[in-house]
Amino acid sequence: MSMRKHRLAVAALLATLGVAHAADTPNLGQPISPHEFAAWDISVAPDGAGLPAGSGTAKQGAPVYAEKCAACHGEKGAGQPNDRLVGGIGTLAGDQAPVRTVGSFWPYATTLFDYVRRAMPWQQPQSLSDSEVYAVAAYILNLNGIIGDADVLDATTLPKVKMPNRDNFFIVYPGNLK
Amino acid sequence: MAGNGLLDRRHFLQGGALAAAAVGAGGAATAETLTKAPWMTAPGTPFEGYGQPSRFEAKVVRIAGNPPNAPGTGASRTPLQALNGMITPNGLHFERSHSGIPDIDPDAHRFLIHGLVKRPLVFTLEALARYPMTSRIAFIECAGNSAVLFAKDPAAATVQGIHGLVSCAEWTGVPLAPLLDEAGVDPKAEWLLAEGADAAAMSRSVPLGKARDDALIALYQNGERIRPANGYPMRLLLPGYQGNMNVKWLRRIKLTEGPTHTKDETSRYSLLQQDGRVAEFKFPMDAKSVITQPSPGLAMKGPGLYEISGLAWSGNGKITRVEVSADGGQSWAPAALAEPVLSKALTRFRLPWRWTGGSAVLQSRATDETGYVQPTRAAQIAARGARGIYHCNLITSWGVAEGGEVKHVYA
Ligand code: HEC
Repeated sequence: MSMRKHRLAVAALLATLGVAHAADTPNLGQPISPHEFAAWDISVAPDGAGLPAGSGTAKQGAPVYAEKCAACHGEKGAGQPNDRLVGGIGTLAGDQAPVRTVGSFWPYATTLFDYVRRAMPWQQPQSLSDSEVYAVAAYILNLNGIIGDADVLDATTLPKVKMPNRDNFFIVYPGNLK
Repeated sequence: MAGNGLLDRRHFLQGGALAAAAVGAGGAATAETLTKAPWMTAPGTPFEGYGQPSRFEAKVVRIAGNPPNAPGTGASRTPLQALNGMITPNGLHFERSHSGIPDIDPDAHRFLIHGLVKRPLVFTLEALARYPMTSRIAFIECAGNSAVLFAKDPAAATVQGIHGLVSCAEWTGVPLAPLLDEAGVDPKAEWLLAEGADAAAMSRSVPLGKARDDALIALYQNGERIRPANGYPMRLLLPGYQGNMNVKWLRRIKLTEGPTHTKDETSRYSLLQQDGRVAEFKFPMDAKSVITQPSPGLAMKGPGLYEISGLAWSGNGKITRVEVSADGGQSWAPAALAEPVLSKALTRFRLPWRWTGGSAVLQSRATDETGYVQPTRAAQIAARGARGIYHCNLITSWGVAEGGEVKHVYA
C-alpha cells in the first residue's frame, strides 16, 4: 500500500471508530456521564438553567439568615464585618458615594442563588439545602424591597425576578473600554 | 532632551559613565580598609533540599490584607521595590483568594470539561501531564491593582502597597484548545464557565475565542509545580486578561451559549461609571507602567548619577516604548527596554538620571504595540469617573523632595 493510500485507510478507520479529530492528541480524558458529575454542576445561568428543585420564601429565610449569615453580614443585611447586602438603591449615579449591594447593584437574581449555594456561609460552603438557599435568597431580595415576604422562589420564579440595576449593565466584550 | 537631569538611555554604554566617574572621583569619600570577613574563616552551611533566600533578605516579603474574621479572603502584594528583572520569584507572586488556599491532593484532583460538548471528559493530573506542553512568560494582574490612584488624596504607601497586585512568571502547561477539541465543542457554544476547587468554588465566564486563542492549563510556575497560593495543581492562564479570570485550582470548564454572570463578574470586577451604568466583561489589562526604583521608601542617597528603573506591561501585546519624566510630565525621555520584550509579560525599563538634589516628580508612560498610550490620571478619570475601582492604569507620580525622600503625589 502506498503512503497516501495507507493514510487514507487510517483516516477511514478512525472515522468509523468515531474518533475523528482535527489534530492528533493523546485523548486521555475519560468519558463521564451527567449523573456522575451532577454534584459538581452547580452553576446557574440567568435563564435559570442549573436551578435545582426546592423552594423558599423570605419568611422561611429569616431564621436561616439569623443563624447562618447575620454574624458576618449584619442584622437584616446591614453589613459588618463583611459585605452589606441590603440598600443603596439609587446611589450609583452622580457624585455621591455609591453603595453597591445585592439590591442596588446585582443585575441577576440567579447569581444570588448560584453564589450563596457555592460559597456561603463562608466557613461552611455548600452546607445549606437547596430550599434553604432559595429561602435565604428570598429573604435578602425581600429586605431590598424586590419581592414580597410570601413570594415563593423556585426554579421557575427566581429567573423572572427583575433586579433594579439590570438595565444599567452593558457588555464590553468583544470591544474594550476607553 | 528631557529636563531635570534625565540622560540618554545609552548614557552608561557611551563615554558618559567615564566622564561621570571622573567628575565624581573628587567628591567620593575614601573607602574603608578591607579586612578578613568572618564567613571566610570557617566552612559554610551544608546543602539543603529546598533553598531559601539569604536571612538578610527577610524583609523582602508579601504584605497581606483581609477582613479580620475571614483570613484568606483578600490579597497579598509583591514587593516590587525590592525586585529587579522581569520575573517574580514564586514565593513572592501576589495572591488573591476568596476563601483561602485549598490543600489539594493532586492525585485526587479532577478536571472536568462538559456542557455544550459531544462527550464530557474528566482528566487526572497524570493524564494532563502527558499532553504536549507550552511555556510562556506572562504577567498576571489583579483587576483591582492600583485602585487607590482613583482616591482623592495621594496614598501614603510604597509601590508594593499601590501596585503590588501584579507579578510575572514563566507558566508551563497544556493548551486548552486541543482538550476542547477532544470533548467536541457544540457550535452553539460561545462562552465557557471556569470554576476553581477552592471553598468559594470561584467561577468566571470566559469567551470561547480567548480559550481557543492562547489559554493554557498551567501546571508549572517558573519551572516547579504551581504554588498552592497560585492554583496548585492547575490553574487557567488567560494571558493579559484580568487576574481573577485566571481561575486557580481549576476543576471544571462548562461550555455555554452565553456568559453565566457570576458574582465575581457582576458584583465584582465590573466597572461602575459616573452615570451609574456598569461595564461588564472588560477583560484585557491595558498598558501600564510604574517606576519601582526609586519609589516611596527608597530615598535618594545624595546627588549623583542614578538609574531609574521600573516595569511596564500590556494585556494587549508587547510594550513598544516607555518614556520617563522627571518634571511631572512636561518633558519625556525614552527609556531602554530590557530584553526579552514579550507580549503580555512584564518588561523592565531603565534610564540614567543625574539627580542634582533638587525636587522632582518622576513619572513613566507606556505605549504598547497597538499604539495605546498609558493615560494621565486626569484623562482616565475624565473618561471613566473615579469610582470604577478596577482596571486603573493611569500614570503614577513619585515626588522626590530636596533631601531625597520619595512619596506618592498627584501631579
Ligand atoms: C464568617 C463570615 C461569613 C458568614 C457567616 C457569611 N458570609 Fe457571606 N461573605 C463573607 C465574606 C468574607 C464575603 C466576601 C467574599 C469574597 O470576597 O469573595 C461574603 C460575601 C457574600 C455575598 C456577596 C456580597 C457582594 O456584594 O459581593 C453574599 C450575597 C453573601 N456573602 C451572602 C451570605 C449568606 C446568604 C450567608 C448565610 C447563609 C453568608 N453570606 C454567611 C463572609 C460571611
